[in-house]
Amino acid sequence: MRSTFVDCLIRRARIDERIFLVTPDVGFSVLEKFADEFPDRYLNVGIAEQNAIGVAAGLALSGRRPYVYSMVPFVTMRCFEQVRVDVAYMQTNVRLVGIGGGLTYGPAGTTHHAIEDIALMRALPNMTVCAPGDPVEARTLIEESFDHEGPIYFRLGRNGEPVLYDTGVKIEIGRAVTITEGDDFALIATGNMLELGKKVAHAMQEKGKNGTLLSMHTIKPFDTEAVLGLIDKGLPIVTLEEHNVIGGLGSAVADVIAASGKATRFRKVGIPDVYTHSVGSQEYLKREFGLDLNSIVSIVEGVCR
Amino acid sequence: MKETIAKLEEKARSLRVSIIKSLHKSQSGHTGGSLSSIDIITVLYFHKMRHNPAEPLWAGRDRFVLSKGHAAPAQYVALADAGYFPKEDLMTLRRLGSHLQGHPDSKVTPGVEVCTGSLGQGLSMANGMAIALKLDGKANRVYTMLGDGELQEGQVWEAAMAAAHYKLDNLCAVVDANGLQIDGEVERVMAVTPIAEKFRAFGWHTIEIDGHDIGAIINAFDQSELLKGKPTVIVARTVKGKGVSFFENKASYHGVTPSDEELPKALECLGEQCNL
Ligand SMILES: Cc1ncc(C[n+]2csc(CCOP(=O)(O)OP(=O)(O)O)c2C)c(N)n1
Ligand SMILES: [Mg+2]
Repeated sequence: MRSTFVDCLIRRARIDERIFLVTPDVGFSVLEKFADEFPDRYLNVGIAEQNAIGVAAGLALSGRRPYVYSMVPFVTMRCFEQVRVDVAYMQTNVRLVGIGGGLTYGPAGTTHHAIEDIALMRALPNMTVCAPGDPVEARTLIEESFDHEGPIYFRLGRNGEPVLYDTGVKIEIGRAVTITEGDDFALIATGNMLELGKKVAHAMQEKGKNGTLLSMHTIKPFDTEAVLGLIDKGLPIVTLEEHNVIGGLGSAVADVIAASGKATRFRKVGIPDVYTHSVGSQEYLKREFGLDLNSIVSIVEGVCR
Repeated sequence: MKETIAKLEEKARSLRVSIIKSLHKSQSGHTGGSLSSIDIITVLYFHKMRHNPAEPLWAGRDRFVLSKGHAAPAQYVALADAGYFPKEDLMTLRRLGSHLQGHPDSKVTPGVEVCTGSLGQGLSMANGMAIALKLDGKANRVYTMLGDGELQEGQVWEAAMAAAHYKLDNLCAVVDANGLQIDGEVERVMAVTPIAEKFRAFGWHTIEIDGHDIGAIINAFDQSELLKGKPTVIVARTVKGKGVSFFENKASYHGVTPSDEELPKALECLGEQCNL
């Protein structure tokens, strides 16, 4: 997704002088292409994330469209109050591009993981929060961002994510995409859990259960209608996110269910409000938290009964 | 003294070998900044600091905070060699089930004082430790190491101001001034020079040395211990990737590990036979 992002940005920067790329020193092997072609619109402001956000806000206040690129914790949490005041409060056209959503940076360790970012970013008024689940969603949402008014946070993976879409599916900010349809259960996945969501739906199909799979690539503004549709059909709902179970996709869905006044079976699958002290790959750490095919299939079987 | 220096030089050499082997095995991690810092880390763990590997939380210990947490492999090899955990663990770096995360985790690795990896935060925590030790009337010292790129973080200068304000003469910071960061030369990305002058303006005692000269490192730490009323910063000029000629001064080896082909050549540079 990193290269998807840079390629999109370069294409646009050729015809759009407003596009700037700002990084607190994590460009190596990814951003050079942009830096070489647009040296005046590429700023490595040093390992100084708070400064990066302020500089980007200043650029945005001067009519530019800066994309601030770093690892998720450093572009959201290190500079949180600068994001709050300079970006969200002032509604500047700054785009935060975080790489390594969830446990992507596995063995690098917990300082490099990101399990709280969705909760933090969606709590900011005016902020749009996108967590694309594959390169097609990433490309479409980034392209839409070029002319979008207001701040946006993109939670991306890293590189090499598989394409999960057939061509021609309509993807737009704020609208969930229905990937599969079925009347036995509903899965709502965001970001890097979409791939697993597809596998779960497939595994359930082999067990004779057909489910609806929604890709909730935008967490804010939230597609309340899509969730209400599932509730109205009486489908048990399971949410999937590589994020703390507090404050993320599952919480957003729970809000909709509670406010609907209708009862529905509901389970959140996510990281159970802990920091890991284990060492291992993204896949290994996900398994530690039950974010794996078998564990999720048994949860879905449970809600289907 | 001569003998001490020779012994520490040999220790640093063997620790470089361990860093290379451990990073080759993990195939992810930070090579350049581990090799630039290891001479200083060697002097700290095997000469200067009072510490007890059998009792990592011994109250009489000096503290070491690796603020540039990505150099974890350098700290891990020193800890293992000192006896905090078995040396075999080094070959589990970043591997499944290991206690050695890519960045130091004080909750699971004996001898690690704080969780670092997010740059710019170590000096503040070292300040807190130094303040507490002073309040307790303890003679323990606090050491911390920062990268030169890391100095771009604003928090470093908030902490620098505080350390001088509180007259933390029990605190000694080392800047591993290897001149490089991820995207290239520090001077070109975002100049931080003159480093020593900046710290002096903030009220620190400063010492500038060659960070690979063991004798100079020892002298600098000794000097910092004698100085009263001010924190000391040692600005250590270093070579990123030091010891392995084809890694030296190359920004591209910041976060790249030795490949299978590079391993024997790297070990040869360090005067080690490769017997795999
Ligand atoms: C807050 C934060 N921002 C960014 C990073 C990513 N990062 C890891 S190492 C590094 C460069 C560090 O350069 P320097 O401090 O000079 O270290 P050294 O040259 O000794 O490796 C960066 C930007 C990080 N770990 N933490
Ligand atoms: Mg450096």
